[in-house]
Amino acid sequence: MKIMHCPLNGPRNIDEFVWMGDVKSAPEPTCSDREWTSYLFIEDNLAGEVDEWWLHAPSNYWFIARRNRITDKILWTRSPADYFSERKS
Amino acid sequence: MPLALLKYGLNPGFRDAPQLRWQPEFKSNYDVIIIGAGGHGLATAFYLASRHGVSNIAVLDKAWLGGGNTARNTTIIRANYLTPEGVAFYKESVELFRGLSEEVDINIMYSERGHFTLAHTDAAMRTARWRAEVNKHLGVDSEVIDADEVGRLCPTLNMSEEVRYPVLGALYHPPGALARHDAVAWGYAKGAMARGVEVHPGTEVTGILKEGNRAIGVETDRGPIYAGKIVQAVAGSSSRVSALAGFRLPIKTIPLQACVSEPVKPVLDQIVVSGSLHVYISQSARGEMVMGGSTDPYGLYGSRSTLDFKEGLMAHMLELFPFMAELRVLRQWGGIADMTPDFSPVMGLTPVENYYIDSGWGTWGFKATPVCGFRMAECVATGRQPDLLKPFALDRFHNFDLVGEKGAASVGH
Repeated sequence: MKIMHCPLNGPRNIDEFVWMGDVKSAPEPTCSDREWTSYLFIEDNLAGEVDEWWLHAPSNYWFIARRNRITDKILWTRSPADYFSERKS
Repeated sequence: MPLALLKYGLNPGFRDAPQLRWQPEFKSNYDVIIIGAGGHGLATAFYLASRHGVSNIAVLDKAWLGGGNTARNTTIIRANYLTPEGVAFYKESVELFRGLSEEVDINIMYSERGHFTLAHTDAAMRTARWRAEVNKHLGVDSEVIDADEVGRLCPTLNMSEEVRYPVLGALYHPPGALARHDAVAWGYAKGAMARGVEVHPGTEVTGILKEGNRAIGVETDRGPIYAGKIVQAVAGSSSRVSALAGFRLPIKTIPLQACVSEPVKPVLDQIVVSGSLHVYISQSARGEMVMGGSTDPYGLYGSRSTLDFKEGLMAHMLELFPFMAELRVLRQWGGIADMTPDFSPVMGLTPVENYYIDSGWGTWGFKATPVCGFRMAECVATGRQPDLLKPFALDRFHNFDLVGEKGAASVGH
């Protein structure tokens, strides 16, 4: 079984986690319908390293992982607080 | 047997297959370039040549003919979907499949088995009734049957109530069929090439050449080629190729795995599916039990197999068919599938002029091969979205007009 390192619970089996898709910013509420539908439905679907939301289902804990979508290698995992403070700095 | 095979191979009466002949040079210009030599791309080429008189076509593939998802599906053909748009579309596909062996002169081993979508809950029975009514209304042979009838028609199935999810009934679709998927691709290639279409395997597209917002050709690892119109039919890599053309798609690339058991004598005539248990199974002509489930839990551009998939699949499979505990897995494989938010394909016109797309085929692409080729050919030849493809246009995601196909294989009810 593949192992993922949860920032809260440590290493756990991958089947305890739920894939929640790319980290992306929501558009402003005043945006056009096209921008909004693009945010909802259209994907970059990159073949490479991508920052993704993951959920540890048993503890209902959300966090961010960088994963290579070709090799399935998980490069790192971070709590949302760490991730966004690092991104700001 | 080996001697007979050798004799067959050396017999001068059998000429080589034209679809395997290598085309050394490109022409300077084509009417249509099709990216992807799978079932869909080749069917599009075939119907363009046979129905619309367009045969100056090059079909390109970075690997080999029919080597992608055309060769990785579990070959189930059916029309018992849920939405009227989906049912009308897949119904036309079944009709084309029935005459295909004759039309392309290759035996696709089309075999009608009867298709059972099992229901284990009241909610699933309700969905089955809904699907049956939509199907009947559109002239597709479908009915809801109770548990006794399921047991009578499919005696191999475990109908015991001493299981976690007893079978309450099923949606029964008698025309549900199997066919040899490789032969479908080879047949379309053969038919298209006999009409002058060129197929170039081992040719990777690395860019789309544009003039303003108009596609005029493709860049390949063998140099640029120019064409009036370009079609992309590259399941699994749709987002990567559309990015070369300059637009994005509502697609996540997620692996779909399958496996077969060692071959045994015929025990299962029917095709058995359970949406609630996420399994489907049929027995191939050579005796292997062909099994699949839902897509992987997360996105990946890789076709590796996992133990998790097989454990999850077998846990449910053994409840339906306890005798399978004695069988061993012979082969396993995966393919990468284009998953759309509404479990429906994305076909037809794109934001780029003269550039057409055939994508979003998730877990339901093989059964659509003929109709997709037939209607994509019409779309390319006329430059307009055919009525049958209108519900599946890329625009629907911007108009909040999604199709919501809950009859797709990987969906629970």
